This record gives sequence, structure tokens and C-alpha cells, in this order.
Amino acid sequence: MKEFALIFRHPNATGKVSPEQMQQWMKIQNDWVGSIAAQNKFVSGTGLLFDDAKVVHHKGIVTNGPFGEIKETLGGFIIVKAENAEEAAEIAKGAAVLVGDGNTVEVREILRTR
Amino acid sequence: MTEPELIPHLFRTEYSRITAVLSKIFGLDNVEIAEDIASETFLTAVETWPYKGIPANPPAWLYTVAKNKAKNYLKHHKVFSEKIESQIKHNLISAEEMEIDLSEKNISDSQLQMLFAICHPAISPESQISLALRILCGFGIDEIADAFLTNKETINKRMFRAKEKLRNEKVAIAFPGNHEIENRLENVLRTIYLLFSEGYYSEREDTVIRKELCLEAMKLTYLLLENELTNRPSTNALMALMCFHASRLDARRDENGEMILYKDQDISLWNTELIEKGNFFLQKAFGGNSTSKYYLEACIAYWHTLKEDSKEKWESILQLYNFLLQIEYSPMAALNRTFALSKARGKKEAIMEAEKLNLDQNHFYFILLSELYKDIDNEKVKLNLKKALAFAKTKAERKAIQKKMYSL
Repeated sequence: MKEFALIFRHPNATGKVSPEQMQQWMKIQNDWVGSIAAQNKFVSGTGLLFDDAKVVHHKGIVTNGPFGEIKETLGGFIIVKAENAEEAAEIAKGAAVLVGDGNTVEVREILRTR
Repeated sequence: MTEPELIPHLFRTEYSRITAVLSKIFGLDNVEIAEDIASETFLTAVETWPYKGIPANPPAWLYTVAKNKAKNYLKHHKVFSEKIESQIKHNLISAEEMEIDLSEKNISDSQLQMLFAICHPAISPESQISLALRILCGFGIDEIADAFLTNKETINKRMFRAKEKLRNEKVAIAFPGNHEIENRLENVLRTIYLLFSEGYYSEREDTVIRKELCLEAMKLTYLLLENELTNRPSTNALMALMCFHASRLDARRDENGEMILYKDQDISLWNTELIEKGNFFLQKAFGGNSTSKYYLEACIAYWHTLKEDSKEKWESILQLYNFLLQIEYSPMAALNRTFALSKARGKKEAIMEAEKLNLDQNHFYFILLSELYKDIDNEKVKLNLKKALAFAKTKAERKAIQKKMYSL
């Protein structure tokens, strides 16, 4: 089994989500991750908070972000076990982030150093 | 309590306390000597009490005798006592003059330290449980062999190897250091959890032994709760979990020792006192910087103490399993999640999820599928029960599956 990172991308993140919307997403996300875990294919993963986010630039310049000049941001990632990229992509279809039009899940195989 | 009952009763509680304190002094290498002295102490009680009468304070009497025997042993085994003396840190006194502290505090500290020593990752979980039953719960080798459905020789060999391993690893009877305690406690809790499960999920029909294993696991957890070093949210969570499970011990089996499914249980046999205790510990289990698997399992067990079905109940159980599976996968948790899903969202969705589980060697998987297909596709119900029968491991399981087949 290989491991793949499923990375949640928001091209137009505003960081503003209503609590109801958040709850709805959480539920979809929890069921989705629970389903992956029930298949023994969950490795690890986490959501990423928007609060207090920073962007560090070249030469150590730090800005609050990532909203501003870059709109695209990451909402989180999980790592799953799958035979190949196709299976990983199939798993990714259930991610809550895809409820939002324009959002994407990037599927990338984890580099193994051993 | 009359005399014939008193000695076995005292043996269960005091044997392990004496052994723990003496082992603490003699070191883990010499647990056998501590055990021998504790056994001889009881032998003396059996020999003298019938003639001289039961002493006013039986435990105190036992402690005095044990102390004397320990001192005598040290007097007659010079080489041994010199070795012990060199191990005692403030060795201004000789081993013979040494105070053997059998105060409440030192007893529980010694037992707790012994628990940490035994639940050492260097030895296998079975060995940890065997040693805990022997040294901390005062079980005989016969009883341990019985609990593991094996023979005395196997247990003796297992314990011998485990003690040797602990010796080689130089494991001390001591509290782990502060930076270590979290990890080591996790191992202790896991062993206790396995001990409890050994009793709770055992296929054996003998209810007495099963109950005793559960009870001993709870006693050991209680020991951990009494010390502030080990009274952590996860310890409380484990205790809550065991209380909730134990509350159904009497309702889970009929008079012939056969399993009664949760949905068919007589609620009046549930122990409400244990449920209340479970609630108490569950409240204390909340907090800490990480959610333990015991906390999630305790919450699931809490929902099961409410017999009435509700949308909220099954939705909560489903979410708890979602998180539990992320912490630790097990086929049973995967199946239970799917069952909760069928209750919360309907059978169609659950069947789709069940198909993904990849557990097609597991008879519980097919039993679950047969449940899910009920009232949807009767042929599939039959087919799955047949598969379940083929993979069932014990007679009791086959009997239960056949019963389902006949009732179709």
C-alpha cells in the first residue's frame, strides 16, 4: 500500500463561514474520514484553522494571511493508504471541501525516504 | 464473617499487598521470595487461628507475622541480605534492622509501582496480565490457566520467561519519571483494559471467573485513581468504560451461559449503581490535552446505557466511532460504526459502507450484512448467514447463527 496526501484547496477563501455551514461541513467531513478509517485506510490528518494564520515571505517578512494578494489557501489535509493514485482519487471524492464550487482536492503520493 | 470464609477473603486482598511491599524491598528479581513469605504468612494463619482464635485485627496480625518472617529470612540468608543492603540507598542500617513499612500509603504505593513494573513494554501483554493476576490480584496458577483456557505448565513457563526478561531489562519497582509517566501509564491502562476484556468478552460459560476478572481490572484502576500521579482523565475514562460495561454483566447471559444480545436484554438486570458510577467517572474523564480512546469508548458505552432509540443516540454513537477509528482501527469498531450508521442514516447507506469494509473472513461482518439486508433482500440474508456460519470460530457462535437461520 502506498500513502497519499489529500490536500484541500480553496481558491477563493475568505475565512468567513457561518457556524451552520461549518457544522454541516464538519458532519460531512467526519463521516467521510470515519468511513476511510473504518476501511483501515486512514493514516493521519488535520484541519487547518484560519484564525491567526500568517504568511512568511522571502527575507523573513511576515504578513497576516493568507488573505490578501494570494486568495488561494489550504483548508487541511489527510493522509490515506491506497493501492494507487486512482484509488486515492476515488476516496477523495467524498471530501467535504468539494461541496464548495471551485474547491479542489489535490492527491499527492507521499515520498518515502526508506 | 466466619473463619472458613475469612481466610480466602483476606488472601485475596492481603496476599498481594504483602507481596508488593516485600518485593519493593527485595527487588523484582526476588518476587518469588516475597511470594513465599506471603504464602507462609497465610499458612501460619491457617495453622494457628483455629486454635488461638481469630485475632482482633486480622490484617495487622498478618503484617506483623509477615514482617517477622521477612526479617528471619534476611537473618538466615546473609548473602542475600548483603545484596539487599547494597541496594538500599540509605544503608546505614542493616537489612535486619530495616523497617518494613506496611502502612496504607506504602502498601498502595508499592502495589502501584509493582503495577508499573509488570506492565512493562518489554514483555508480552499476556505475560503482563498473568503477572498482574498472580502478584497483584492473588490468583493461583490454576486460576490463571483457567482464565486463559490453557494449562498450568504454559502459565508457569510464561511467567518464568517474563520475570527473566524483566530482570534482564533491569526493570525497577518504582514510579516512572515524570517525562515517562504518560507513556507508561498508557501501557498500564492497556493491560488493565485487556484484563477486563478477557473477562467481559470471554467465550467461557463460567460466569464466576469472568466476573472476577472484570472486578480485578476495576480494582487495579481504582488503585490508579487513588494516586494523584496516575489519576488522569484517561484513567477515569477507562474506569467509566468498565463501570458501564460491567453494569450489563448480569443481563448479557442467560442461565445457561448463552449470550443475550443487547437489544434483547432485560433492562431490570442492568446495575444502575454501576451506571451512576460510570457517569461520575465519565465527568472526570473530560479534559486533558488529548482525547483518549477510552474516553470515546466510555461515551459510546454511556449511550448504550440509554435503552431507548433516538436519532440523537445513534448519530452521537456514529460520530464517536468516526473518531475512535481514527485513533485506532479495529474490525469490531468498523462493524459497530456501520451498524450505528444504519440506525442513524438508514440501511441503504450502511450497506454501501459495509461493502467497502473488506472484512470477508470475519463472521461478524456477515452477521452484520444479514441484519442490514433484513426486509430488503431475504436471499441475501440467508446467503450472508451461511457465510457467517462457515467462518464462525466457536460452538456458541455457530449455535447463535443457526438459531438466526431457523427463525427466518
